[in-house]
Amino acid sequence: MLFQIAGIGIFISVLNIVLKQAGKEEQAQMLTLVGVVIVLLLVLQLLADLFANIRVIFNLY
Amino acid sequence: MEIGQLVGFGVMATVFILFIRQQRPEIGQLLSIAVGIIFILYLLDYLRLIVEIISELALKAEVNAVFLRTLLRVIGIAYLAEFGAQICRDAGEGNVALKIEFAGKLMILVMTIPILIMVLESIVNIIP
Repeated sequence: MLFQIAGIGIFISVLNIVLKQAGKEEQAQMLTLVGVVIVLLLVLQLLADLFANIRVIFNLY
Repeated sequence: MEIGQLVGFGVMATVFILFIRQQRPEIGQLLSIAVGIIFILYLLDYLRLIVEIISELALKAEVNAVFLRTLLRVIGIAYLAEFGAQICRDAGEGNVALKIEFAGKLMILVMTIPILIMVLESIVNIIP
């Protein structure tokens, strides 16, 4: 999971540099947004997992 | 050696975060949140063990089940609130962190009010 997120981050920063060099600022912006959303989804999955586990252990709710 | 794994994981994650934060601060932030969650998920097994031991001890000591359940809930809420507040504080939002902590305190208070009432009732019973 950690490698996934780190990989996405590095990948997107590299692609961003390439797109900026090619003069496509708009697409670079969009790419950044997509990257953030993907990483956010991954983190959300983890967070849901954590909450479910804590709920089971401490029998909340 | 679990601790070696954990420390190695943490150091590696720090290197990644430092590297990514220079390029993309937002993804670095999310990565640090993810690292925190993964750490707690690792440690959850031990937490479960501790909770089971405490439950067993309480069963042997014949503690009222309501008390134990409330105690565990309070601990769970405290962990969750602390974790969320820490994430917010890492992102530089001290205000939101304070609100989360306040919400946690309030929830704990609400959850412990029945016990408070029981204590008050028994005091009233003792005093003629």
